[in-house]
Amino acid sequence: MFLHMEDVVRHAISVLVENKFGVLARISTLFAARGFNIDSLAVGETEDPAISRMTIVVKSDDCILEQVTKQLNKLIDVIKVNEFNDNIEYVERGACLVKISLNKSNRNEVMQMVEIFRSKIVDISQSSVIVEVTGSEDKISAFVRKVMPCGIKEMCRTGIVALGRGQSIIKVSSGR
Amino acid sequence: MVRRTGSQILVESLLREDVEVVFGLPGGQALPIFDAVHGSELNFVLVRHEQAASHMADGYARSTGKPGVFIVTSGPGATNVVTGLCNAYMDSVPLVGISGQVATDVIGQDAFQEADIIGITRPVTKHNFLVKNVNDLARTLKEAFYIATTGRPGPVLVDVPIDVQRAFCEFVYPDKVDIRSYRPNYSGHSVQIKKAAEIINKSEKPVFYIGAGVVASNAESEIFEISKKADIPVTNTLLAIGAYPLDTSLSLGMLGMHGTFCANKVVQTADVIVAVGARFDDRCTGKVCEFAKKAKKIHIDIDPTAISKVVDADVPVVGDAKTVLKEMIALIDSKDRKDWLRMIDTWKTEHPLWYNRDDDKLHPQYVVEKISELTKGDAIVVTEVGQHQMWAAQYYKAKNSRLFLSSGGLGTMGFGYPAGIGAKFGNPDKEVVVVAGDGSFQMNMQEMAVAVLNDINVKVVILNNQCLGNVRQWQEMFYGKRYSHICLAKRKKCPKWCNTPRRDTCPVYIPDFLKWAQSYGALGMRVTEKKDVEPALKKMLGTKNSVVLDIWTEIEENVFPMVPAGASLDNIVTRMNG
Ligand SMILES: Cc1ncc(C[n+]2csc(CCOP(=O)(O)OP(=O)(O)O)c2C)c(N)n1
Repeated sequence: MFLHMEDVVRHAISVLVENKFGVLARISTLFAARGFNIDSLAVGETEDPAISRMTIVVKSDDCILEQVTKQLNKLIDVIKVNEFNDNIEYVERGACLVKISLNKSNRNEVMQMVEIFRSKIVDISQSSVIVEVTGSEDKISAFVRKVMPCGIKEMCRTGIVALGRGQSIIKVSSGR
Repeated sequence: MVRRTGSQILVESLLREDVEVVFGLPGGQALPIFDAVHGSELNFVLVRHEQAASHMADGYARSTGKPGVFIVTSGPGATNVVTGLCNAYMDSVPLVGISGQVATDVIGQDAFQEADIIGITRPVTKHNFLVKNVNDLARTLKEAFYIATTGRPGPVLVDVPIDVQRAFCEFVYPDKVDIRSYRPNYSGHSVQIKKAAEIINKSEKPVFYIGAGVVASNAESEIFEISKKADIPVTNTLLAIGAYPLDTSLSLGMLGMHGTFCANKVVQTADVIVAVGARFDDRCTGKVCEFAKKAKKIHIDIDPTAISKVVDADVPVVGDAKTVLKEMIALIDSKDRKDWLRMIDTWKTEHPLWYNRDDDKLHPQYVVEKISELTKGDAIVVTEVGQHQMWAAQYYKAKNSRLFLSSGGLGTMGFGYPAGIGAKFGNPDKEVVVVAGDGSFQMNMQEMAVAVLNDINVKVVILNNQCLGNVRQWQEMFYGKRYSHICLAKRKKCPKWCNTPRRDTCPVYIPDFLKWAQSYGALGMRVTEKKDVEPALKKMLGTKNSVVLDIWTEIEENVFPMVPAGASLDNIVTRMNG
């Protein structure tokens, strides 16, 4: 598969699936078989416990993405697939925990960053803090970049979750 | 309330689905199932290798249109059917496979004969199920049959752990299936159908390109009707051989790598291609960017993922071929396309399928032509994979669909013979002739035991060229005739490299297929001269038992026409050096 780098864009795909064992494997197999790297993935139950929602972020050109979307739809356990793109107004959020080294010389800078990014300190010890930052993928990346020089000991990042704004709803239709 | 074991429920469910025959082989983790089969009404056929069970089920399904069923044990039994599942998946054949599995509480512990068959077969099945609770078994089986046979058909595997086979519950077989995440769409979008019809009506050089989907949805008569109404010629894929009658001027035969000159020329010249239930396989399209450049593409397929996967469709119609075409017929103008048909006629007469009919050599094509003639195209011809497969495709004039069965997408050597046996189980009154290569036949010929013991009268015609002919042809044409591991007669004493395979100087060929057939109590015959072909075929067809007819054909015969791999259909070669 040849990807022309200029055509490659980030896509967030929202997939409603039956909440059963093995479904995640089916979906990841589908991406893996096409040599796709999943940039991020978030899975969780919806208000209906029989249904889970997966939010998958991949980089791909539109054509291949269309195929993947169709292939996802073809999986028996997939109920609905939607893509969030520039034509849709949507909100996305992810979270990240970052453990940053603390010492006399960087303490102020770290505190400043926490402030600016409206993040939260959730643990503190003699030599480090754990900061919780939430927001769009870009915001989290920016925060990580900024505190990088202070010394990141460890970090853990979630996949993003996304919902369309206003009236746009992705739901299982009850009719047929 | 009658409580039954999972195994009894399984057998009962298969009977409820009107399963006529089940192929398979028992083992430790399937013992309860086989105990339930014992004494039941189920017609079970014991195979010699599980791969063959999957191909038998496949041959049964392809020839009858009904789902094929097999039951195997866990671990090695299950891994042995992976090729058969993949083969059926590639060609959209409805199968329901059942595998035994280790008990639920030891899954994941590397128990004896445990294999993660659900993980292994995920990419080669339409869907698969691990049944962890006996209460889910009946519904799961119902769903398995439903999924296998609806939409774009395909194989479904149901993995049943041994404790589930033994567990008790009430048996209720659901009479309806409703899977909210799976509701195949049969009727096409009217607007799209209209658009397609308009484009066809305006076209001067349209062509139908039909595939297995036409056979799966029984849309042969609709294709015929539209093609006649509007003078639209028809080319078919390997899997749609027989779907369009060959005795009309509109029939072009197969397209692609070994298709007819005319079919390829028509596709490259057409202004509209109407693909129906075909998936633009690379063996059909040749170099994709050079494929049918002048044509608008209309693509009718029940599987949305088939559309614009390889070739961009100008007008996609997602729906069942028959339903869509039925709606389309009325919208298609009656029209004479005399100029177009005249052009096509010229191509047909200038470049018919050709081999040297005038010499005394025993050409394999001649054998197939004779089979076609003697059976009047009314036998089920099943092929293995290789050159003989292409000759069978080119020269067997199947009168209807489901009379030519071949492994298309996967190209599985070893498919033909067991598939032929499966086809005979489904069509006891039909003559079944397997056209085999001597290489492929050796991959599953142990199944002759099944044929003989069950009085399954399947004829095997081996087009014996003493080598893996298809590979030899490629090595001759594209690798400077450096024959590498294609000779099936080669022994230790032979020179390390040899590119002069000859009957008189090469070591004696093994096995001796005659003795081999005889050892099963079947009739074996050998023909080494052209003049003996017809009498031998007649004798074979007159025999009411299994026959192996070993025909020693020209060793270095090549399949033509040929479009070299990766080349445009325009670069079709009709003869060597020609
Ligand atoms: C299981 C499998 N292994 C390898 C191949 C590659 N292959 C394609 S055709 C062919 C030769 C087949 O030889 P034979 O059955 O004698 O038929 P022939 O081409 O000589 O008619 C081979 C090895 C295959 N298609 N399937």
